[in-house]
Amino acid sequence: MQPILEVRDLTKVYQGGLKALDSVDLAINRGEIFALLGPNGAGKTTLIAAICGLVRPTGGTISAFGEDLSKNWRSARSRIGLVPQELATDMFEKVQYAVSYSRGLFGLAPNPARIEEILKSLSLWDKRDEQIRALSGGMKRRVLIAKALAHDPDLLFLDEPTAGVDVELRRDMWKLIGEMRERGVTIILTTHYIEEAEEMADRVGIIRKGQILMVDDKEAMMSRLGRTEAIITLPSAVAGLPDDIATYPVTLSDDGKELCYRGGDGSGKGKEEVANLTKALTRAGIDYNGIDIHESSLEDIFVDLVEERTGESK
Amino acid sequence: MIGFNFRSTLAIYNRELMRALRTAFQSILAPVLTTSLYFIVFGAAIGSRMPDLGGVDYGAFIIPGLLLLTLLSESTSNASFGIYMPRFTGTIYELLSAPVGVAETLVGFVGAAATKSLILAAIILATATLFVDYSIAHPVLAIGYIMLVAASFSLFGFILGIWADSFEKLGIIPALFLIPLTFLGGTFYSIDMLPDPWRTIALFNPVVYLVNGLRWTFYGSSDINIWVSLGLTLGFLAICVATIAFIFKTGWRLRE
Repeated sequence: MQPILEVRDLTKVYQGGLKALDSVDLAINRGEIFALLGPNGAGKTTLIAAICGLVRPTGGTISAFGEDLSKNWRSARSRIGLVPQELATDMFEKVQYAVSYSRGLFGLAPNPARIEEILKSLSLWDKRDEQIRALSGGMKRRVLIAKALAHDPDLLFLDEPTAGVDVELRRDMWKLIGEMRERGVTIILTTHYIEEAEEMADRVGIIRKGQILMVDDKEAMMSRLGRTEAIITLPSAVAGLPDDIATYPVTLSDDGKELCYRGGDGSGKGKEEVANLTKALTRAGIDYNGIDIHESSLEDIFVDLVEERTGESK
Repeated sequence: MIGFNFRSTLAIYNRELMRALRTAFQSILAPVLTTSLYFIVFGAAIGSRMPDLGGVDYGAFIIPGLLLLTLLSESTSNASFGIYMPRFTGTIYELLSAPVGVAETLVGFVGAAATKSLILAAIILATATLFVDYSIAHPVLAIGYIMLVAASFSLFGFILGIWADSFEKLGIIPALFLIPLTFLGGTFYSIDMLPDPWRTIALFNPVVYLVNGLRWTFYGSSDINIWVSLGLTLGFLAICVATIAFIFKTGWRLRE
């Protein structure tokens, strides 16, 4: 299937020489939720800005819906929505007017019924006649989402949608993003909260210093890079490990009272090995009085990946 | 640049006019009040001691100048704020990401700014009837000239709003150039009243040509040939259009 968005060799060098994007290649599938992860200054926002027309790329091509954005930008842009990171709104404008304006700006005929639907889905209907400045930060964020949805985009960019948003609103936001996906909207989001990517994304891309380090299915990435870690505490210290236990990926602590297993993958293989390991310990007559088992999260993988690369470049 | 998005243009245009309505006091009442003050001071108080200028009563003589004073400053400030504020607050992102090109942006922003100026011009002309008797010799040409000036200076304001990267810069051009040039440009006097070399120096002031062009459409006579005035005004419009074409082509100050 043809990707809904295809970025090839995209490079952006800002005036002053900062290379924000370095030959980025990325393909987004229709209907997926794609999470772009990366530390601050990695180029996430620049990538989105280049695709949405806020930043002029230095090199490379972007095509959306099979059309080259540098040529057929009108038709492509009318199907793309953007929720920016900054809470940039006209503070004196009223909510409903602001959202209707966005629909008009994107070339669509007024449709009060659709605007009402959007505002209701974002719990903004009661606030429709309020000036945006009177709203809380979370509500302002919702207004920005409503504005981005006003022209019913097929491709939606959410740049840090839950930054500075409380837990409850974040959950609401996740629900909303899920609903949009069900309606067939393809969603690309950037986030600092890896938990968010883990919760919602189908695929994850990791970007660092303007380069895409890795793009994969979330599940595949976790199973490939995921690890199980188990700490088995021993009531009495042991001097060494029998051969059949040493074949497992285990290390014994210096005091001989803690056995650390680190292995498996993200598919549950690790848990099984830990279970077998405990049986082997019993067979070898080594007693244990505690097992602390932990599956690595996407966050662990991300931190490892980003830090490992930092190490490389030193 | 293929196609023209009418709905987008209309959305921008309406929104800009809405903005003016929201601040109706500032954008409509204030200029009217200011102009009334000019009529009272220059027209009634000083004008009663002034001779007729080229057969025109002094109170009537200053109407084109006052109109122009308002047209120039209001067109410039409306259009410059209209585009500067979204850049300042960051809401420009929406415009840049929309399926909207140069033509729509210009017609929307500049059209709205020019419309506001035209509304003001109409209100000022109406206000003038309260203070002086006047009649317009070439009404169609007068309207055309007013529209031309409103459009040109709204374009100029739009450029200013894109060029400025601070509120200071936004205010400096009107305060340092536009207002002095307007006052020195024969708004309240005929440049024939000036002794040489000031009369010759005044001819280097572009506003002189604007004021006299408008005055000719009102009273059929002026210090400068109408065609020279018209030609220079159109030239100014052309320079603004060329500058804007350059800005959008390069994305200067709009797209990083």
